[in-house]
Amino acid sequence: MDFALTDEQRMLEETLTRLVADQVSPTQRRAMLDAPRQAPSTLWRTFAELGLLHMPFSEAVGGLGGDGTDLMIIMQALGRGLVPEAYVAGLVLPGQLLALTANSVQQTRWLAPLLEGEHQLALAWQEHGARYDAFAVSTQAIKHNVQWRLTGRKDVVLNLEAAAAYLVTARLESGKLGLFILPAGTPGLSLHLYRTMDDQAAGDLTLDDVTLPDENCLSEDVSEALIDVLALGRAALCADAIGAMEEACDQTLAYLKDRKQFGLPLATFQALQHRMVDMHLHLEQSRSMAILACTSLSLPADERDYKIAAAKAYCGESARFIAEQAIQLHGGMGMTEECHVAHYAKHLVMFDHYLGDSDYHLETVSDQLSVA
Amino acid sequence: MNLTFSPEEQAFRAQVRRFLADALPGDIRERVRLGRHLRADDHLRWQNILSAQGWLAANWPTEHGGPGWGPVERHIFDEECAAAHAPTVVPFGVNMVAPVIMKFGSPEQQQHYLPRILSNQDWWCQGYSEPGAGSDLAGLNTRAVREGDHYIVNGQKTWTTLGQHANMLFCLVRTNPDAKKQAGISFLLIDMQSPGITVRPIITLDGAHEVNEVFLDNVRVPVENRVGEEGQGWTCAKFLLTHERTGIAGLGHAKQALRHLKSLASRIEHRGKPLLALPSFRLRVVKAELELMALEVTNLRVIAATRDGGAPGAESSLLKVRGSELRQELSELTRRALGPAALPFFPDFLHGDAPLDDANAQSASASAQYFNRRKLSIYGGANEIQKSIVAKTILEM
Repeated sequence: MDFALTDEQRMLEETLTRLVADQVSPTQRRAMLDAPRQAPSTLWRTFAELGLLHMPFSEAVGGLGGDGTDLMIIMQALGRGLVPEAYVAGLVLPGQLLALTANSVQQTRWLAPLLEGEHQLALAWQEHGARYDAFAVSTQAIKHNVQWRLTGRKDVVLNLEAAAAYLVTARLESGKLGLFILPAGTPGLSLHLYRTMDDQAAGDLTLDDVTLPDENCLSEDVSEALIDVLALGRAALCADAIGAMEEACDQTLAYLKDRKQFGLPLATFQALQHRMVDMHLHLEQSRSMAILACTSLSLPADERDYKIAAAKAYCGESARFIAEQAIQLHGGMGMTEECHVAHYAKHLVMFDHYLGDSDYHLETVSDQLSVA
Repeated sequence: MNLTFSPEEQAFRAQVRRFLADALPGDIRERVRLGRHLRADDHLRWQNILSAQGWLAANWPTEHGGPGWGPVERHIFDEECAAAHAPTVVPFGVNMVAPVIMKFGSPEQQQHYLPRILSNQDWWCQGYSEPGAGSDLAGLNTRAVREGDHYIVNGQKTWTTLGQHANMLFCLVRTNPDAKKQAGISFLLIDMQSPGITVRPIITLDGAHEVNEVFLDNVRVPVENRVGEEGQGWTCAKFLLTHERTGIAGLGHAKQALRHLKSLASRIEHRGKPLLALPSFRLRVVKAELELMALEVTNLRVIAATRDGGAPGAESSLLKVRGSELRQELSELTRRALGPAALPFFPDFLHGDAPLDDANAQSASASAQYFNRRKLSIYGGANEIQKSIVAKTILEM
């Protein structure tokens, strides 16, 4: 049992925290959000130079072989700074799926440049009306000789605009779930781009009889790999949320100490003190759950998925609680676009929805509840 | 980071489990399992067994006769004891006054009292709260006036747990009424046989005689029974409270209660199906499970920090708040699970030796325990006090 970080991990944390503090002030963040999405940003290239893009991948596919703790450190720092880079959506999820399914030619074509920061990808796993069920897929892929033809629609694909290619799940004639890689601009694709509630770039992807060569099929049975990757993504998101919760708590506390009403700092009112402590309790309990999630990644799938579902459910509820309290304690200021904590609140609510909300994950825990 | 216990720690757990299986008398185990109050003799029998094993004073260093365990071993021991339905060691001597005597006591006090605690010769109780000083402990009024080699003590203490069995009382008294609140307090060790001491039971809402009022009427206490300097009592008191809050999350008990609840709710039927399948009930059990998972990791974080040289600080307040809330919720769910079977109240069975048919015996304690567990968010500093401690010490508000 050990919660301490290694020297390397502490260095990683310090470097990244400094980088985020230097390059992602609220104003810089706004500018990054407004910048064109196609080319990797300066910050993303710095991530590549620091090896951050290699970190979560095994050495076998050219990564650095970082573990759950390394991932947690990275995600927490990104969440703390509300960094508008698609580390999970554009790198971890599609990259890990490629690592698990792609052959060496496909890896050279798609995974190697991803790790070098030359391009980003996107994972289209969600469909209209299927809520968070990654296996309720009606997009179809039919094989004609050496070609595949895909038709269907994928919803709320994060990082769609910036991605050089999209990893798309589709139902095969075998009944199994297949995985394909579709380069941006492939004929038959249409994109409806928008922002999510917390300003992340996303969109819907429509596939109208898209024709693909066989080399673009990554897997004809992706279920197991998809479950692994979603587990990884959920653990990473929990850590990201911890960072955002920390910062929302810190900003709220600073505001309470600074703002005066009735001639006294708000921090002197006991009703507000106890509310602030409740936020802190939610944060610390959620941190424990995020640690549980990130240290569970190497466990057998059943045990891993139970713990990660528990963590995502727990952190999702805490995230919403902290978001709401942060707004409430900032009073009218918390309602404004100008107030930085409002953006954390939106990100925390988005976190609850992303890769399954707390109801979805509570159901998983409930279904697998051990009675022994 | 990793959350697994080392092979040595796992071996230790197995050793504790074996010991409990062999050494815990069946009648005591059964009394604890059924939630019946233990008689003084039950406590003593079990504590003598622990003492013979060298495991009574889990918190003590080896130089005073402790087993030399670290925080991880203590955590494992507590967890296994709760799982085995072993009685909780009466903490007032071994876990509360002993650390104060070790830290602030004279060599004579250490040589006299510590061995007597270790051998269960003395049964200690606590004289902290007063009718006018609960959460605001420093507002206490019990007066001690110096008269030659003695203090003459007058006042009233309350919530004195198991004081009816005790022969020794550690007591906060006001020695200087003119000094500022905390500065005029001293820490005295008082023989319960002294003339002028009266113990009166307080019956709690679950029908139990667990706590007492202690009246002190011109009680003569030798000056040599003061721990530390005159006026230094508040330092001792605060030191003791940090020890009181260590392990206060009661995680072992929460784990045991959740196991029991799940087993109960899968055996009890509701409209032909296990109660645990009823969605509204199941959701509450699931949420309790999540809270326990989080609390367990938080507890391990605190234990690891203590093991690596940190002091248990305000995190113990967090554990106290969330741990007590969880245990209260579990007692509520257990009572609800039993439904109508939770309604009959058998005080003579729960608090005495009266027999009861097996069907009623199995469910007899649920309601009483539910009411009894309300104390968890009140004692050791009410949860609201804990929140104010966190606000002050961690958040610096």
